[in-house]
Amino acid sequence: MQQYLYLIPALPLAGFLVLSLAGRYLSRNFIAGIGAGSICISALITILLSARFLQSPPETGAYTQVLWHWFSVEGLVSNISLRVDSLSLVFICIITFIGALIHIYSIAFMREDRDYARFFASMNLFVCAMLMLVMADNLVLLYLGWEGVGLCSYLLIGFWYETPGNYRAANKAFVITRIGDTAMIIGLFLLFKELGTLYIPDVLARATQHFSSGADGVTLIAILLLCGGMGKSAQLPLQTWLPDAMAGPSPVSALIHAATMVTAGVYLIARMHTIFELSPVAMQITAIVGAVTLFVAGCSAMVQTDIKRILAYSTISQIGYMFLALGVGAWSAGIFHFFTHAFFKALLFLAAGAVIETLHHEHNIFKMGGLRKTMPVIFWTFTIGAAALAALPLVTAGFFSKDQILWYAWSAGGGHPVLWALALAGAFITALYSTRLILVVFWGEMKTTPGHLPSRVMTVPLVILAFFSVAAGWIEWPHNILHVDLFSEEVQHVLPATVLKEGLPAEIVFQLIAVVVSLIGIYSGYSLYYGQSPLLQQWKQSPTVMSVRDFFFSGWRFDQLYDALIVRPFLFITRINKSDISDKLYTAIANVSMLLNRQFSVTQNGSLRWYVTGVLIGILFIITLQLLL
Amino acid sequence: MAPIHAHTVLVVAAILFVLGLAGVLTRKNILFMLLSVEIMLNSAGLAFVAAGARWQQPDGQIMYLFILAMAAAEVSVALALVVQIHHQRKSLDIDQLKELKD
Repeated sequence: MQQYLYLIPALPLAGFLVLSLAGRYLSRNFIAGIGAGSICISALITILLSARFLQSPPETGAYTQVLWHWFSVEGLVSNISLRVDSLSLVFICIITFIGALIHIYSIAFMREDRDYARFFASMNLFVCAMLMLVMADNLVLLYLGWEGVGLCSYLLIGFWYETPGNYRAANKAFVITRIGDTAMIIGLFLLFKELGTLYIPDVLARATQHFSSGADGVTLIAILLLCGGMGKSAQLPLQTWLPDAMAGPSPVSALIHAATMVTAGVYLIARMHTIFELSPVAMQITAIVGAVTLFVAGCSAMVQTDIKRILAYSTISQIGYMFLALGVGAWSAGIFHFFTHAFFKALLFLAAGAVIETLHHEHNIFKMGGLRKTMPVIFWTFTIGAAALAALPLVTAGFFSKDQILWYAWSAGGGHPVLWALALAGAFITALYSTRLILVVFWGEMKTTPGHLPSRVMTVPLVILAFFSVAAGWIEWPHNILHVDLFSEEVQHVLPATVLKEGLPAEIVFQLIAVVVSLIGIYSGYSLYYGQSPLLQQWKQSPTVMSVRDFFFSGWRFDQLYDALIVRPFLFITRINKSDISDKLYTAIANVSMLLNRQFSVTQNGSLRWYVTGVLIGILFIITLQLLL
Repeated sequence: MAPIHAHTVLVVAAILFVLGLAGVLTRKNILFMLLSVEIMLNSAGLAFVAAGARWQQPDGQIMYLFILAMAAAEVSVALALVVQIHHQRKSLDIDQLKELKD
């Protein structure tokens, strides 16, 4: 099985090459076949591979395959080589499996689009780059994948580049993630300087010997890597690009900006867990960033009106949970939340895409309504997704993963009551806006008449995802309810087990609080948005409530803040330095030469007599010199 | 006949040279300018011959032969050009031939 490892990223790459080189000569069916087929075969191979991996785990804990030698410079040896351990396996499964479903969905979703081949080419390239990111055995190759997914994200956000403003969203996403990338590459340089290797197993092994716990060097490296993760995973303060990234087609939002790429930061931190464990400060920062982000983004999600922006903010908020879990040292809980979140968030985006498509590209949820009867499949799958997002107890996957994080936010080694309180507030807000979304979109009276209903090619992936949004949680139960921990057992081959604090109340107390809070959230959403709520009308009159709402709506004014702090001063500097001071010397040289040229070219006036005079004067000059000297 | 001093010949050559130069500078007609150039060449030849006679060396006369050959070649090319210019421009006025400028 090990020798087929390379096929998993190679097939999407082949798909990309065929579609980008020959796409314009192929029929639509053929393009769809190649685009979706390559990912589906990758997914099949992955499933076979994981079955083999789980049945008879390799002795070293990982499948490895060295494809070829890339380069070696001054002791830095980089190979194009793959390494799949249980952490990578989780990511590969999600990427290929959800990727395959989203590609199948896209066959119908993008059917009418002019650039069918370009879409599938970019999507295939994205899957390839993302697989390289998670399968790389050294950090250089990981960085290649890291930049590759950034590029594809840029290409796909700006996919409809003719719509005004989309290119701006694409640029914003690229530039802001670039800030994180720069921090990350500096972190990699430092890591190489300190440890002399970027081969991941060696890095992790040497780090414990080289650094003492809490040393400045390792803290700096961990914080720089965290900044890289914050950029890619849209965490505070680099989160502003993700809501705008919704300019891309819905399948892109589902795959890249919800299920996979934005969790690259989570993967990076989990992969480098030894470095982070050596630095308690960096762990604390990770947890705080996650907790603050989940709260801030949750508040914004609560008041948005664009269906995709609601989901975008909720993605930021859910990734905040993952960061929180990683930060407090609940490694497997963070990865488990990634696992369940990928299913229900992809489901929500795809269902939202179907709704938007059916309602003639209407994004505003308050112009939807009453779709429960007309689109039953979409309604049920969307409801399951939203229930998972709201962590409806025991029946949804979201509950199992989020409950763990809430419990560990206090009880794990790095946990703190404040983190727990923020996470709990986030859980309440999540339940509230999920309910709001369902009620506003699917209940009430119909405000826009639906067009073509989505075909079966689109609904079948939704049903499969809905099944997993429920079932994916069953492989890991809370310890006190049922002793099933397939997921954490597997992941803990790679990641350290969570250390618990002593002397805390029983886990069941926390679980009950979490359950009650999310139920209250759902009930508040129900009482506010089911029918006409007098409280809501009252709020709409009150200027204080409305100004708070506007504040949340603009994403806590982060865009304006960055505009005032960075963009405008930068533009100001460029304006005063338009003629570029450092260029003055070079333009001066050019100007002097031009002046001399003008002076001398006057002498070339075409008159023979003038030239003869010149020769004569020259001769006289030379003779005079001879006589004098 | 009294021997002529090389000094005297050089003065004659210098006068001839200046005459030629003045012709090149002041004449408007290309043909006359060409004649003036010939005069200058000949003055140089005369100076060579005089110098050869003064030092009893053959070099001066050899140089004169070179100048003669060069002048013949030059005149043949220059006259052809003059004919062409006259053919194309219907004029030999040097002040009207000023196209070759910056």
